[in-house]
Formats: sequence, structure tokens, C-alpha cells
Amino acid sequence: MIYPDKNVIVSEVEHLVEKYGFGRENLLPILQEVQRKFGFISDFAMQEIAHRLDIHPVEVYGVVTFYSFLSTEPKGKYVIRLCKTISCDIAGKDAIARTLERELGLKFGETSADRKFSLEFCHCIGMCDQGPAMLINDQVFTKLTPSKVIEIIENIK
Amino acid sequence: MPIINDTIFFDEKAHGEALEKALKLTPQEVVMEIRESGLRGRGGAGFPTGTKWMLALSAKADKKFVVCNADEGEPGTFKDRVLLSEYTKLVLEGMVIGGYAIQAQKGFIYLRGEYAYLFDHLNTYLERMRREKRLGNNILGTNYSFDIEIRLGSGAYVCGEETALIESLEGHRGEARNRPPFPVNTGYLGYPTIVNNVETFACAYIVMSKGAQWFSKYGTEKSKGMKLISVSGDVKKPGVYEVPFGITIKELLELVGAEEPKAVQIGGASGICIPMSEVNRNISFEDIPTGGSVIVFNKERSMLKVLRNFMEFFVEESCGQCTPCRVGNKKLLEGVELLEEGRCSHRYLNELIELGKTMQIASKCGLGQSSPNPFISIVTNFKDEIMSNSIRGNNGK
Ligand SMILES: Cc1cc2nc3c(=O)[nH]c(=O)nc-3n(C[C@H](O)[C@H](O)[C@H](O)COP(=O)(O)O)c2cc1C
Ligand code: SF4
Ligand code: FES
Repeated sequence: MIYPDKNVIVSEVEHLVEKYGFGRENLLPILQEVQRKFGFISDFAMQEIAHRLDIHPVEVYGVVTFYSFLSTEPKGKYVIRLCKTISCDIAGKDAIARTLERELGLKFGETSADRKFSLEFCHCIGMCDQGPAMLINDQVFTKLTPSKVIEIIENIK
Repeated sequence: MPIINDTIFFDEKAHGEALEKALKLTPQEVVMEIRESGLRGRGGAGFPTGTKWMLALSAKADKKFVVCNADEGEPGTFKDRVLLSEYTKLVLEGMVIGGYAIQAQKGFIYLRGEYAYLFDHLNTYLERMRREKRLGNNILGTNYSFDIEIRLGSGAYVCGEETALIESLEGHRGEARNRPPFPVNTGYLGYPTIVNNVETFACAYIVMSKGAQWFSKYGTEKSKGMKLISVSGDVKKPGVYEVPFGITIKELLELVGAEEPKAVQIGGASGICIPMSEVNRNISFEDIPTGGSVIVFNKERSMLKVLRNFMEFFVEESCGQCTPCRVGNKKLLEGVELLEEGRCSHRYLNELIELGKTMQIASKCGLGQSSPNPFISIVTNFKDEIMSNSIRGNNGK
């Protein structure tokens, strides 16, 4: 399911609005679930959410584009975020970055054609005492070495 | 000489029964106890917690809210993660105590998206508290009711700033508000709200269980109690340390096994960088305040590279609402590039320092007000190193 069917989005949004409520304050949890389920928040999904919460679509767009974990473009099933902040940097993040690029055949900022992987940098993820560190979706991986990274990627593939 | 081997958080036996004690007191008495302890906010700014709670208690409104700031985005900080995962009770019951103190009905944990893996653990703990009548209706058989909901962030550092956090909770872009009005009067959905750091709630728990007198035995005149410090970088034993306020940087470096240190960054990207000639300074609100991030750099490290890393962070995380921060951070980053290329004259460097000082005054929120700190302190304290690049650029790479 690369581009989800409109009906699927309509019923998902309906379900989420029921779950969280109609108030504007529920916008972020709703967006987070749509992101998690579909890998991005399409124009159609934004319009549908705006319609249900009775706010302008531009408001929803403004929120989606503000947060780095929400995206208007399709992301991979596995979003890999390597920490590039200083403690991980001095712990050897560059070697990990090169390994990831080579093994996935992707550059940072790219998503694979089959939408399996997205590769990104992120800022400090609070694992600075165990760097280099990265997140794959919600899971955290620490004390990375090139061979550990290869193993992690192989396991997912 | 401060006591280093004494611990509060890390000694389970010392925790005691804070919630039971608090609910036997009046809200005013709880607030007074917190005030007497001298507890100041652990998120960095150090606002007296008792005063914040007092203001929220005296605000008249039919709803009030408690927010636990678990956004922990300051580079080099991870002590809140450890508290949330290993000392969950102190944090969550500390929130209930805060709720009771200001007479709130509802609390939120604003958990950074990067810590989403803690969501289930926290939710399970909240369920357990409800079963044990420590949360929900009629807590411990009293007529006080309070519940807690977890909200996830979505990867924006500025949402740790309390008014941006409230904007985010309300479903908006995380853009800081003008203050005043302060959240204690006009917070979540316009209702009085206290926003406190994870560690502050854990400290409030300790104060209620051990008493204000006991708590204020630790620390210095204006900085009471112990502080959790997240240590990373070039040290043998990175991790979270519990130390009394007033500990010198030198003592801390010995404790963590710093390896040939050249510089110590205190307070994360928005903190300051000190050279070894200043290690007799101490961690406290009187001298060097910090939310708890300490990063050590050994003598092999390029300070320009360190500075570039911090400035890139601010350029990417600025919310862009106000000009001093949006444009200023870019200018400072360009300055770093000029320094790397050996093309930054001393005169231009001084202009950049002045720009940094303007940003400290003119920016709308703490992000822009503190983002020039690493620039100013690194170019001042390590001037010989950062001015030594030739026109082709040779270090800093
Ligand atoms: C850019 C920015 C990020 C912040 N991030 C955090 C954070 O992650 N956690 C936190 O407790 N306080 C953070 N703060 C401080 C909060 O605005 C606020 O002062 C704090 O949550 C108050 O709690 P305390 O009094 O218990 O420290 C941040 C401030 C700024 C300006
Ligand atoms: S100082 Fe920076 S982060 Fe804060 S409001 Fe201004 S632009 Fe936004
Ligand atoms: S610097 Fe990478 S996790 Fe903090």
C-alpha cells in the first residue's frame, strides 16, 4: 500500500477522532497515529482531519511541517535516525553514517524506492553516554559499531 | 568539601512514603514545605518551585493543570530518561503531589517523541497506580481526584520551552508565547498550569517524604539539594551522577574519570564552555547553573568542530518566529565557517560576539537567548586555537 486508498484514510481519521475527541488539542496525537500507520500525512489526510476537527487545512499543514517526526512525503517502513550531536559525533558517528549509507544504498535524507527504509540524521536522543546511537522507528540502538549496524540491517532485511 | 557519596535518588530505601504524607496536609502546607526546602526547578532556569506552586494555588479557576516536562532535548542530557525508566514512582507520584498542592484535576507528561519507547512502561505504571488508588478518583481514600495522561512530542527541541510546550499540547506549532502572562495564570487552554521538569517532581517527592529541613542540608546557600548530572564525552565513566550543588568542575571531572580534558561544556548546547583554568568554579545557581548536561572534550578535539555542531543544532531548531534568533544563529554559523577557512578577522569576530549579546537580549524565548552562549564562550576561552587556521583551513576538519 504505497498510496493508501481514500476510503481507508476517511475511516481511519473517523476512528481517531472518535478515540481522541473533536477538540483542537487532540490534533497532534491524531497526526502521530496517521504518520505511524501510513508513513506520512497526505494532502487528503490533512484535509480530512481538518474537516473533522473543524479547522482550516492550512492550520493542519502548518503543524505537520513544524514537527520533524511528521512528514508530508512518504517515509520508509523503517525510519532510521542517526544522532549527529556532539557526544555521538566524537564517539564515532561518521563511521556509522558511512556504514548505513553503504549498506542501505541511500544517502541521508533519502527513502528507498521500495519504501522500506528512510535514512535521516537527528539531534541528541538522550543516549549520549552510550554513543553512537540511533533510533529505528521507536527502538533505540546504542554503542554502535559498523559490524553491529550491518547485523541490525540484515535482521530487518 | 561537599559530600559526594551520599545519594537520594539512587538509594531506594531513602524514598519513603511521600504521597501518604502530602495528602494528610493541606495544599497550603504542602506548598510551604516545598518553599522551605529551597527547591528550585531542575530544568535549567532554576525558578523556585514553591513560589510557582503558590502562584498556581492562589490563582482562581475551575480547572488547573500539571505538566511534567519530559521533553529532555538539551544535547548531552539524559538524566530524565533514567528517572522516568528507573525511578518512575518518584516522578509520577511527585506529579500527584504537585496536583494536590495546586488543586489540579489533570496532569500531562509531555514525553519527547524520541523516548516513545518509554510510553508503554509509563502507561503500565499509571495503570498500576490507578489500581492501587494512588491515581484517579479519591486517591488513597481522600476526596482528592487527579489523573495523568501521556502526550508525545514529535521531534522539536523548542517544545521543551514551557510556553511552546503548551502550544504543542493544544495542537499548535511549538512556537513560544510572550511572557507574561505566565502559565501559572494562563497555561493549558488558558487555565492555571504548572510546568516542571521531571527531576523537579522527583525532588518534590523526596522533600515530602524526608522533610524540607533534611533536603536543604545538601547544596549551597541558594541551591539546595542534590543535582543529577548527565556526563558524556571524553571520560572513562560516562553516565548519570547525583552530586550536591556546589561541587566544583574539578571534583566532577575526577569522579567521572575525565581523560586529558581541555574543555568542559556545561548546560548542553545552550550552556557555556570552560577551559581547565576555570575548573575551580562550581555547579550551582550562584556560579554555573545547568539543567544537568556536562560534556568533556579532550585535548585532541577541535573546538571549532564542537562549536559548528552546536550552531548547526540551533539553526535547525530555531522556530523562526523572531528575527534575532532566526537570522542571528545563521550569522554565527557563517562566522564559524569563516573561522574554519581562516578568513574571519579579529574585528569581525568581535562584531559577531556583539551580535550574540544582542540575541541574548532581543530574542523572544530561551532558545535564542541562550544559543549564543557556546559561541561567545568558545571563541573567548579558546581564542588562540580558533584563530589559528590558515586561509586554506587545516584544523576544525
Ligand atoms: C529551548 C528550550 C528548551 C527547553 N527544554 C526543556 C526540557 O527539555 N525540559 C525541561 O524540563 N525544561 C526545558 N526548558 C525549560 C522550560 O522552559 C521550563 O523552564 C521548565 O520546564 C520549568 O521547570 P522547572 O522549574 O521544574 O525547571 C527549556 C527551555 C528552553 C528555552
Ligand atoms: S528565540 Fe528562536 S526559538 Fe524562541 S521564539 Fe524566537 S525564533 Fe523561536
Ligand atoms: S549526543 Fe547522541 S544521543 Fe546525545
